[in-house]
Amino acid sequence: MTSPSDFPTPPVPGRLLDVEDVTVFRGDRLVLDGVSLTLDAGDAMILTGPNGAGKSTLLRTISGLRRPDSGEVIRYGDLAWLGHQDALKPGLTLAQNLALAEKLGTNSLPDALDALDLTHLTDLPARLLSSGQKRRAAFARVMLSGAPLWLLDEPTVGLDVASIERLGAVMAAHRAKGGAMIVTTHVPLPLDNTRSHELPSLAHVESFWLS
Amino acid sequence: MTAFLALIDRDLRLAFRFGADTLASLLFFILCGSLFPLALGPSPDLLRHMGPGIIWVCALLACLLPLDRLFGAELEDGSLDLLMLTGPAPAAVAFAKMAAHWLTTGLPLLIASVPLGIMLGVKGSELPLLLFGLAMGTMSLSLLGGMAASIVLGARRGGVLLPLLVLPLATPVLIFGAASSYAGQLATSPAASLDLLGACLFACLPLCPLAAGQGLKAAVG
Repeated sequence: MTSPSDFPTPPVPGRLLDVEDVTVFRGDRLVLDGVSLTLDAGDAMILTGPNGAGKSTLLRTISGLRRPDSGEVIRYGDLAWLGHQDALKPGLTLAQNLALAEKLGTNSLPDALDALDLTHLTDLPARLLSSGQKRRAAFARVMLSGAPLWLLDEPTVGLDVASIERLGAVMAAHRAKGGAMIVTTHVPLPLDNTRSHELPSLAHVESFWLS
Repeated sequence: MTAFLALIDRDLRLAFRFGADTLASLLFFILCGSLFPLALGPSPDLLRHMGPGIIWVCALLACLLPLDRLFGAELEDGSLDLLMLTGPAPAAVAFAKMAAHWLTTGLPLLIASVPLGIMLGVKGSELPLLLFGLAMGTMSLSLLGGMAASIVLGARRGGVLLPLLVLPLATPVLIFGAASSYAGQLATSPAASLDLLGACLFACLPLCPLAAGQGLKAAVG
């Protein structure tokens, strides 16, 4: 695990993330063109844009999985990641699936499961869970980490209305504790005071770059 | 360190839960070894002489079988993203997976090589040396194989590339390993070949996880 001292000192107190003029190519296609954004404690930023606008790519770049081709991503704290896939092994129980995240993180598993209404499923193999339950289980992993910065790629896929409400409550609590999050979603989330960042589709510049 | 052990623990649980991968390489090993008497004829002298070589080649091939899924499954279900972001260092992740590969493939092969060796007429007094060599050999193969698996990860037709990458790298292990196993039959000292086999293992031990860690990072990027 990275300790807090591994991160640079934020220029502004409470600053969690600086993305400066990030450009990313996929092959020879331009996916992100000079994206800049900042995130402070308590912020919730919704990434919007048409399919293929590079929302997931931006999240992966911010997380550090992918290096930007130009520009810089500076994080001032740990992050928790919720990817497109739930990363659950079908043969393991919910508790076994989350065991690694629990060991690495700082929050308790029962609390996280309780907040997401998963307690009664703890000992069930993940293959028996519905897609909504799996999505909540993956979200429980984010809660376990105790990291201030959450990167959530479509957290509401497959969730019913009650679950989305529950997720909204968890997110609000995280913001109240000084956390922040960047979320890609096509569904309105029950969150107040969100900021949004629109990514334009760059499909039309493809021919330009190829020439 | 706890995360490292937790990762091995998780892989072992998965292997026990779905024994198919372990069982497949084990059965492949035994079947492959049993084919030689059918093809070479039942001459006990010939089989006894070829026994250690047959076991080494079969073990090498059987080790390759589960490599394709070693990191492939992690990449497909998104676990690899998480491991790279919040888990231990990439090289440690790779090393944990290699250790799990040895525990679920190398170790069963080692045990299965006893009945296979006896079937091929390897003398009881020659077996400990064969097993000792195989133990080091399969460890090296898990390390080399894990490295190759991480390098071809995400590549199209990676499964086809994998043997082409591993087998040439594994030749020193095969040469020195088999040579050490023949020492009993030829009444020579196995020391030199065992030394070189150990050297291969100790070269692989730091280098392969490092290379594999870089491969994993490249695969998720």
